[in-house]
Order: sequence, then C-alpha cells, then structure tokens
Amino acid sequence: MSSMQEFFAMGGYAFYVWTSYGLTLIVLLANIIIPVTQRKRFLRSLALKQNRQ
Amino acid sequence: MPWLVSAFVLITVAGLYGGLVLAPTDYQQGDSYRIIYIHVPSAWMSLFIYVVMAVAGAIGLVWHIKLAEIVAISSASVGASFTFIALVTGSLWGKPMWGTWWVWDARLTSELILLFLYLGVIGLYGAIDDKRTASRAVAILALVGVVNIPIIHYSVIWWNTLHQGPTVTKMDKPSIHVSMLIPLLLMALSFKFFYVIAMLQRARVELLQRERNAQWVKNLISGSK
Amino acid sequence: MSLTQAFFAIIRRDLVLALRRRSEIANPLLFFVLVITLFPLGIGAEPRLLQAIAPGVIWVSALLAAMLSLDSLFRSDFDDGSLEQILLSPHPTSVLVLGKIIAHWLVTGLPLLVVAPLLAVFLGMPNNSLGILLLTLLLGTPVLSLIGAIGVALTVGLRRGGMILSLLVLPLYVPVLIFAGNAVQMASSGLPVDAQINILISILLMALVLAPLPVAAALKMSIN
Repeated sequence: MSSMQEFFAMGGYAFYVWTSYGLTLIVLLANIIIPVTQRKRFLRSLALKQNRQ
Repeated sequence: MPWLVSAFVLITVAGLYGGLVLAPTDYQQGDSYRIIYIHVPSAWMSLFIYVVMAVAGAIGLVWHIKLAEIVAISSASVGASFTFIALVTGSLWGKPMWGTWWVWDARLTSELILLFLYLGVIGLYGAIDDKRTASRAVAILALVGVVNIPIIHYSVIWWNTLHQGPTVTKMDKPSIHVSMLIPLLLMALSFKFFYVIAMLQRARVELLQRERNAQWVKNLISGSK
Repeated sequence: MSLTQAFFAIIRRDLVLALRRRSEIANPLLFFVLVITLFPLGIGAEPRLLQAIAPGVIWVSALLAAMLSLDSLFRSDFDDGSLEQILLSPHPTSVLVLGKIIAHWLVTGLPLLVVAPLLAVFLGMPNNSLGILLLTLLLGTPVLSLIGAIGVALTVGLRRGGMILSLLVLPLYVPVLIFAGNAVQMASSGLPVDAQINILISILLMALVLAPLPVAAALKMSIN
C-alpha cells in the first residue's frame, strides 16, 4: 500500500507529473473524440437531407 | 484500424509502465524528470508531423492527389496538439527545475514559434472557403515553413546562448540510462501510432465533407439505416 | 518584350502608380514614427532604459510597419485584374513578381532608412551604432518584403485577410528580428558585428532566390 502511495506522490513532484500526464490525456482524447462526433453529426445531417428528398 | 489501436494501447501501456514504475528515480531531478516520457516524444512529433504535412502537401500540389491533400490538413491539428503538449509539459517541468513557469529557453521558444506556424496553417485553411484551393494554400505555406524551421531554430538557439548563457542545460542529459531510454523510445513509438489513428479519424471527416455529393456517401447513409 | 524589359517595365509602372498615391508611402512611415514615440511614453524616458531597448524597439516597429504596408502589394492589381494579366504573360511569373516586390520595397521599405536616424536620436542611441542600424535596415527590410509577399499572395483573394496575414508572416520574421536587432545592440556596445551582417546577407540572398517561387504559386492559386 505504501508503495502505491509513493508511486502517486512522485517524490514530491506529484502535481507537476500528474498534471502533465492528465493534460496530455485530455488533449489526445479530444483529438479522437472531436473528429468522431463531427463525423457522426455530419452523417446525421446528410441522412436528414436525403430523407427529405 | 483495430490492429492499429491495439498496437497503440499495447505500446503505450508498456511505455508508461516502464517510464513511471520501472525506470529509476533521477539522482538530480527526482521523479519530476518522468515528464520526459511525454514531453520529449511530443516535441519530436511536433517537428515530425510538420515535415509529414509539408511532404504530403507537396505531393498533393505536384500530382493533384486528393488523398495527400487530406493527409496534409488532417495532420495539422494533431501536430498543433503535440506542440501544445510539448509546451505545457515543458512549462510544468520547468517550474520545479527553474522556479518559474516560463523561461525563454531556446527549445521552448522555438516550440512556441512552431505552434504559431501550425496555427497559421489551420487558420489559413479555415479562411478559404473552397477546400481544394485551401489545400493548395496550406501546402505552399507548409513548404515555406519547412524551409524556414531550421533557420528559425538555429537563430533562436544563437539568440539564446547570447542572452542567457548555459543556464538551462539541466534539460540536456549527457547520458541517459538504458532503463530510462527504452520507455522513452516506446512512448515515441506510441505517439507515432496515435498520430496515425487521430489523423485517419480527422481525414475521414474531411473526406466525407468534400465528397458529400458522391454516390458512395449516399450509399453509406442509406446502408446505415 | 524580353524578360529584362518586362521586369523593369513592371518596376517602373509600380513606382509611377505609387507616386500618384503618396499617402500610401507616408502611412507606414508615420506608423513607424508613432509606434516608437509611444515607447518612451509607455515605459518612461529614462535614458539608460531607452538606450537598452532602442535596437529592439526600432526593429519590432519596422517589422510591424512592413507588415501593415504589405496589403498594398497585390491588392489593387488583384482588384482591377492586372494581376491576371501578369500571370498570363509568357514570362516566368516569379521574375515579374520579384519586380513587383522590389518596387514595393523601394516605396515602403527604403523610406524607413530615412527616418531611422531621427528615431535613433529620439531613443538616445550612441552614434557609432547608427551606421549598423542603417545597414541592418538596408539588408533586413527587403527580406521582410520578400517573405511578406508570400503571405499576401496566399491571402489576397480573402475578404478578411488582415488578421490571418499577421499570423502567417510574423513567425517567419523571427530570424531577421533576432540577427538585425542583435547586430545593432552589439554595435552600440562597440562589439564587432561581422557575423550578424554576414548572416543577414545570406538570408537576403536566399530570400531573393527562393521567395518568388512560392509567391508565384500562391498567386496562381489565389486567382482561380
């Protein structure tokens, strides 16, 4: 258990290390999520247009 | 695609485990150096993607290959993201090392200018309505940028050594232990995989929007219902 | 018409046109002087401080003045269609475009050299660095016009190209700013500046040879 705590403490640099990793995760996730949702939304709007015709 | 994603996950887990758990603590910087496993690979990717973008743009420009044009512009946002990550993690690493969030260090400064170059590419693409024309504009700009990047980089290094002296050598490691190097290379590889995955996602949107009137798009929509 | 004749004809035409609209020459100059006047007002008129920031201030203002004047490079020719005629001519576009850039520099870049001594006096620069300041302006401002021309050529077809132009062009101006600003700074402390001047010369030569190519390509793209 103490080794887990030590791991998260990062030798006193926890804030810097985990903020870096967290921000990276957020930015990288956004790079996947944004295009996927854009694509879905675009396909939906195209489908609506086709149905109307 | 599933093959790509599983390779990416495998390499990333191995790299993170090696970097955060297995690699020993640095005797000078303590555990704060572990930011290296995302900072350095992102900085590498930021340059690498710019070059890929310029090469893809040139191919699109010369042979009018639509796919190359799409690869070029789809790379821009991913590259800007990596540049942003390199800047932020560099700043977060610098705070405990230098005592301030921002130092006009040669690498951070040229990374910042690189971010401006990426934003210029993205802004130019957004400003031109016709996407074929926009792709050509982006390709020309990326080529100009790729010629200029070495000049900018070396002028910034020269400027930095002149104004600051070697105060920021903490970030250079004269030698790096193998147990630290292997996770670093794994993370670099993992970011390359991520780039391909993210770029392909972006390219799919780009392709759909350009080909909205093509038959295959119509089939795709009626097939999905 | 031979290529050299066409080249000089374009320079002459642009110069004549510019002389008819003198305000376009005066505006960047006024801007240059005005911005530099603002610095002592903003940070205080302490002579030491002014002397220390003078090279940087003059060069940053020159950068901004050069950028503001860029719009007139292709704008009127784009609007009245003469740009299309230039692209249609049998001569290589890059050479003709180089003529336009040189004419533009003669009316917007060169006059900066005339007012620079005045500003050097305003900011209390030592006399021995004035020569170097003029030399760096002479070598640096053509590079600003050449690089800027790429940005204008890419954005000339856009209605709101102004903001995007600065985003495209300013990062590319960084090396000129670093070497020119530093040369002036070194000169005012009496140090040799051969290295910086040589680098500026090589940047200028490179820009002269390379920049017209992307400008020509970008203009072709903007026209259709």
